[in-house]
Amino acid sequence: MTVTQTTFRSAILDSQQDRPIGLSDAKGQPAGRRFDVYRNNVAISLTEALATGFPTIAKLIGHENFNAVAAIFLRQSPPASPLMMHYGAGFPEFLRDFEPLAHLGYLGDVADLELALRQSYHAADATPITPDALETVPPEQLGEVTFSFAPAVLVQQSPWPLHAIWSFNMQDGPKPEAVAQDVVIMRPEFDPEPHALPPGGYTCLKSLMSGDTLGIAAAKATEADNAFDLGAALTLLLSGNALTSITIST
Amino acid sequence: MYDAPQPPKGLPNLPGVGYKPQHYNDLLANSGTVGWLEVHAENYMGDGGRPIAQLRELTKRFPISVHGVGLSIGGEGHLDSEHLARLKHLVDWLNPTVFSEHLAWSTHDGAFLNDLLPLPYTDDTLTRVCDHIDQLQTTIGRQMMLENPSSYLAFDESTLSEPDFLREVAKRTGCGLLLDVNNVFVSATNLNYDPKQYIADYPLEHVGEIHLGGHDEDEDDHGKPLLIDSHGAPVVDPVWALLDHTLSLSGPRPILIEWDTDVPEWPILHAEAERADIALSKVTA
Amino acid sequence: MTQFSKTLPLLSAVAAALALQVGPAEAAKKEKCYGVAKAGENGCAAGPGTTCAGTSTLDYQGNAWTLVEAGSCLDIALPDMADGAPRTPSLEALPRDLPS
Repeated sequence: MTVTQTTFRSAILDSQQDRPIGLSDAKGQPAGRRFDVYRNNVAISLTEALATGFPTIAKLIGHENFNAVAAIFLRQSPPASPLMMHYGAGFPEFLRDFEPLAHLGYLGDVADLELALRQSYHAADATPITPDALETVPPEQLGEVTFSFAPAVLVQQSPWPLHAIWSFNMQDGPKPEAVAQDVVIMRPEFDPEPHALPPGGYTCLKSLMSGDTLGIAAAKATEADNAFDLGAALTLLLSGNALTSITIST
Repeated sequence: MYDAPQPPKGLPNLPGVGYKPQHYNDLLANSGTVGWLEVHAENYMGDGGRPIAQLRELTKRFPISVHGVGLSIGGEGHLDSEHLARLKHLVDWLNPTVFSEHLAWSTHDGAFLNDLLPLPYTDDTLTRVCDHIDQLQTTIGRQMMLENPSSYLAFDESTLSEPDFLREVAKRTGCGLLLDVNNVFVSATNLNYDPKQYIADYPLEHVGEIHLGGHDEDEDDHGKPLLIDSHGAPVVDPVWALLDHTLSLSGPRPILIEWDTDVPEWPILHAEAERADIALSKVTA
Repeated sequence: MTQFSKTLPLLSAVAAALALQVGPAEAAKKEKCYGVAKAGENGCAAGPGTTCAGTSTLDYQGNAWTLVEAGSCLDIALPDMADGAPRTPSLEALPRDLPS
């Protein structure tokens, strides 16, 4: 009796299925719960991978709920690659579509943020510019400046108090208030840090990251929100080592 | 067949430990009796950040063994060419002292199951495993070592013993072998054979590295002991005794302590390495 | 563009305020959020020593799945978002958070 890997895999992921025939103990008796060691290893290791990858989600819904949700997700979306650092890319969409959690509308955005933190953690290193690089630009040319960004810098738009929800759970921050919050993740050294973006900040960053000049980005950001403060935005980016080069476009 | 010296040379005949980031500063401050480190290849396949920065520092101070846990050498399908390329990239920049992988499968039909799953020991499996090892060794341009698994069950279709299977793989591919002595003890207990007989049958001349780790104890449906390779506890005395027996036949070898779950503080892990050092001193003396 | 000519001279002041800069990145520095580092590590160990944890009937069977009331979501007061209606990312329509 040949036990194919198709059979093995299918029986591992579906505990309702019979264990494959052709697997035995030392006496030739059916393997029984010996096979369950593999079922257990796969389910537990993937559940733990999700729990360490999405700690805020686990706190928000509680570990018991999280393990139950993970048990469903891991069976319908086992890892597509051997790199566990990437596992869970489909988890935010899964949460958005998961009817029993539909009343917690922010879960998908929070899961996206946690994925982005991991992505930032493993992103390529880059040497940041220092503030004096900005000081050397002639004031009349500041509007023509463009920047390149460290690969660890990621921005996320959300209609939820995204940063506050993360901070409440992970940093003992205050209770979130019902406001929309966009987030930038920066990695000053090796630890990614999410920051709530000030008004117009998301528009400014997206514009700068797409290669627009500082003048254009500031115009777009002010149009999006006239409370936009360019100085505050630049302070944030410089303190987070987000900028890696400065060019004056001619 | 990959043309390489046998047995694999490189790692010193000293204790090593599986590297855990929480021990980084301990290792830099005082590595004690630890003479080399092993890392899991897949954890250093990001683009940058702390893991790779730490590895760049560690490789200046320690011989590094890269231990792959995700290639699925026993898989029925083709090896993942993207993953082969990632392994080549890692081996190219890091230039580790040795590279090893497992006699197991973990990926099938596009799903990576994050576990080392068992293989039937048949001629078909032998052909497939040898083809995959050839492909890997050719891709990374160096010899690899293949590790024996922990077994919880047996395949009725198997026609070869595990030591015979591994001997034939080493002969056909020129690969070295990584002998996990805890896995031998776990498998021998679970499948009711004599671990010393396994060692007697095993081709020790190909061994370039030994693994030791802790296991958990459970029971099967009939109340028989079922040991599980958890890497979450100290190495037990019978496994230390089996190590002594193995070293008395093989001579000194590099010995790795694996502790991957419930990772202890550095002094506890180091104490395990010291115990391996004592085992080595008994055979070198 | 001209409306920003007043904003841009502020930049040198901003830059000067940032004289304090972090030193070069050091691999030995303590991790600030170990959780991210631990997330997604590959290993080769088996799970905890129980054969039953992965086999309990956790599979989603339609309406049989129930949410156990637990977790910090209960503490978060988001009254105007608690109706379950997904909100569209409309930046202008919502009050903005003003970090201090």
